[in-house]
Amino acid sequence: MEKDLAIQKSIFSKISGIDTNKGDDFYEDLYKRCEERIDALQAVNPFTEDELEEVLVEEGYNRRDFMKWVSATTAMLMLPGFFEPLVAKTVQVLNRVPVIWINLQDCAGNSEAFLRTDGPTVDELILEIISLEFHELLMAPSGEHAEQQLENAMTTFKNEYLLFVEGAIPTAENGIYGTIGTSGETYVDHLVRLSADAKAIVAVGTCATFGGIPAAAPNPTGARGVMDIVSNKPIVNIPACPANPANMLGVILLYAMTGELPELDSLLRPKFAFGYRIHDACERRVHFDAGEYVEEWGDASAQAGHCLYKMGCKGPVTFNNCPTVKYNRGTSWPVAAGHGCIGCSEPGFFDKFDRFEAPTPFNPNYNPASDFQIAAGIGLFAAYKTATQEESAQEGYHGE
Amino acid sequence: MANKHIVIDPITRIEGHMRIEAVIDDATNTVVDVFCSSTMFRGIETILKGRDPRDCGLMAMRICGVCTVTHFQRSIEAVENAFNVQVPANARLMRNLIQGALFMHDHLVHYYHLHSLDWVDVISALDADPHAAATEAAKWANVAGETPWTADAAIFSAMKERLAKFVAKGRLGIFGNGYWGNSSYKLTPAQNLVAITHYFQALEVQRDLGQMMTIIGGKDPHPQSLVVGGITSINDIRDPERMKLFRDLALRVRQFIKGAYIPDMYMLAQMYKDEMSAGSGAGLKSFLVYGGFPLNDGPIEQAAKLFPGGIVHNGDLTKVTDFDPALVTEDVTHAWYAAPSPEHPSVGTTTPDYTGFKNITNGVAYLDTDNKYSWIKSPLYDDQRVEVGPLARMIVGYARGDVRIKGYVDNFITRANITVDHLYSSAGRTIGRALESELMSDIITDWVDELNTNIASGDLTSWTKFDFNAVSQNAQGYGVEEAPRGALGHWIRIENGKVANYQAVVPSTWNAGPRDHLGRLGAYEESIKGLKVANINEPLEILRTVHSFDPCIACAVHVVDTRGKELGSFKVDPICGL
Repeated sequence: MEKDLAIQKSIFSKISGIDTNKGDDFYEDLYKRCEERIDALQAVNPFTEDELEEVLVEEGYNRRDFMKWVSATTAMLMLPGFFEPLVAKTVQVLNRVPVIWINLQDCAGNSEAFLRTDGPTVDELILEIISLEFHELLMAPSGEHAEQQLENAMTTFKNEYLLFVEGAIPTAENGIYGTIGTSGETYVDHLVRLSADAKAIVAVGTCATFGGIPAAAPNPTGARGVMDIVSNKPIVNIPACPANPANMLGVILLYAMTGELPELDSLLRPKFAFGYRIHDACERRVHFDAGEYVEEWGDASAQAGHCLYKMGCKGPVTFNNCPTVKYNRGTSWPVAAGHGCIGCSEPGFFDKFDRFEAPTPFNPNYNPASDFQIAAGIGLFAAYKTATQEESAQEGYHGE
Repeated sequence: MANKHIVIDPITRIEGHMRIEAVIDDATNTVVDVFCSSTMFRGIETILKGRDPRDCGLMAMRICGVCTVTHFQRSIEAVENAFNVQVPANARLMRNLIQGALFMHDHLVHYYHLHSLDWVDVISALDADPHAAATEAAKWANVAGETPWTADAAIFSAMKERLAKFVAKGRLGIFGNGYWGNSSYKLTPAQNLVAITHYFQALEVQRDLGQMMTIIGGKDPHPQSLVVGGITSINDIRDPERMKLFRDLALRVRQFIKGAYIPDMYMLAQMYKDEMSAGSGAGLKSFLVYGGFPLNDGPIEQAAKLFPGGIVHNGDLTKVTDFDPALVTEDVTHAWYAAPSPEHPSVGTTTPDYTGFKNITNGVAYLDTDNKYSWIKSPLYDDQRVEVGPLARMIVGYARGDVRIKGYVDNFITRANITVDHLYSSAGRTIGRALESELMSDIITDWVDELNTNIASGDLTSWTKFDFNAVSQNAQGYGVEEAPRGALGHWIRIENGKVANYQAVVPSTWNAGPRDHLGRLGAYEESIKGLKVANINEPLEILRTVHSFDPCIACAVHVVDTRGKELGSFKVDPICGL
């Protein structure tokens, strides 16, 4: 065990992550292009009447609150400080960005996450001014009328709208485990139809990205993630259970600001959020380095706030910005609450980390190839390839 | 006389999509038959099989993104029950605190943002005199014996202006697209303005409750600080600053509940008294409570409970029987599963048997109501249909003579000049939820104090040690508790350290289940049947009754007649008007 630990430590002590400083030329160029993009958006008629300034005033927020939020968000997006005015400006033109949000095999946790209590209030205000054309769970009637409303949005904003998807997609038995509306359309058909005219798809939460809990063995409903179904559109994955609303907003902001999707990793996750391991920014990291571990729940080390590695923390192999962004007004996050990370934003979540309280490497029988087996049925590879090609075909901030 | 078969699909709920089909008598505008169906399935019980029992809580909580805390706790308690592990006092108190916050969060958001617009005519508020609204707010707070949350005419005036602006801009879609002016709305313009002002104020208050859950849960939804044997967030609960923040937030919430929520219920009871005395939406009038919130340490089944368990049949408060988990079964005669029903959850199965819709006419699919028509099973208690939820907890507590619960109920019915019988109605269900919120807001600070005292005495125990290999070879257990929406239970059987079988019988199953093997209606169905709708194209009363059971998320409902022609549509879209 000690030897294993030494090996693990040598691996986990290396800092993962991305290039956060791409050089002055890069940022100056990006800045210019963003300015052009914002000018172009400003020329477009807003899709909703709401203006941020007005909403802020109505809700009792002042400019200073807003600028504090802008600073934090600029940092989260890994942009240099001089982008702050640009971020602020971008938020003002978010009412030119059409969004359609659909719910499939979900628990509503992601919708809950941003509607219920998560994030600074400014997030919610901003979500109000986005041109959210459709949100099955929240606003649109279903059945024929909903379909009509959806048709209208899809026609009006053809090839412009961002399609947010929450929940997995059941594919077994011809999709009978999830039907929608009076006509009984399956989730698969529904997703494919709505994807066709989308500018890009944002899969929100681990169910929509990698299948999540419905896709865990034995996957009784043949549940899959969006990228297993949709093959010819750019896709952004925002995994985690639930996805942090700050990251959802970050994707929309970057899209509005640059006209492109954010820089993605090989699993189509935005690097600004998933570029680092939990372990890299963990507040208990110093105890890992010092060899101070919680050995069992409630021991003296637990009371001293030591490292949770031996209690099964998946932070060393999980990529997410939980330790910096946190949850609910920045109040806490799971490791702060004394429980190890369970890797909820990783592909294969549940099966891969079967035994949450066992130290990494966790399941000796786990086959890493199964991350891809999950998707074998419906051409993940094709989807994945297309998306990454599209990604690399785009220039600038996005390309690497 | 002709009957109109309407399809309302979906009444969106977190468990999946929900559809209601109702047959309405044209001549009397009365619902003569009704069917309730769920159309989404994930199979989480099946997925849990073969796993480590200590992992179940983190998986089972993901059954629901709303009452996530309750699933988390029950799953963990089912395993603790199987292993015969008793949690330390700090864990019991902390679990009560996080779940107590969840109760208030669920109830506040439910009433104001998901349900109030079934009672409150927003557009009518535009005609209100803000001074009259201030008088109204003070009046109902006075009836409650409390200080009003807001009784300042300037605030009501600002709200009226803001509302006018919203409506003019169409910003809050719901406000432009409701059944405003329907004769079933009873509040005066000033009362409507009070209610809608509280609607916005509650948005801010519910954020406090989310933060309370995160202080000791690590995040919300899907917190992460519970483990089999105890809790992990010992450092949060021993941090005086953090617990003070929790307590301060709880006090602010209590002030809102007492100064706004409860007064609003007096107003509702007064203005909808006719509906209450007619028993509109009463339904089964048979109530089941598993029991919840242990108040002392020791084996959970022996602990005194904040909400005592029990069963009351047919609204008869003179008889209450003890809850016996052995008498819970699930029937699948009309659900899309194959089983030799009814089965006890300890041996229950979840084998899909989808038979689809009966037919599709003009693009509208119709349920095969003679046969199977829902993904929800039909739970039975001692072979009887029952209702679960906050009203069930108030009624069973009342029948038991529980001093605390009886106090809140008697105080309310006395001041509101109604009887307990009035509570057997849609409005009564809504009032029951508010009374429970008040009770919770009073007791939760006591629990904070108890926890602080325990910690200060030097007890930092947060976990009970157990020998997993010894206790997990052949074990069986269950965790039954109360979720905001009602009785919630998890049953687990463990063999050789792995889950051999897992079943959950939860509030929405109890209330929303389809007909059973004897053709008896579920709680939703029974409550809707017999409703009289003021306008057949605006089935507001059906919505009001379904929502009184607490749909978790905003609903969007669409109505078509048998020929597929659109009769009307309405939205109940409360949160932020997204």
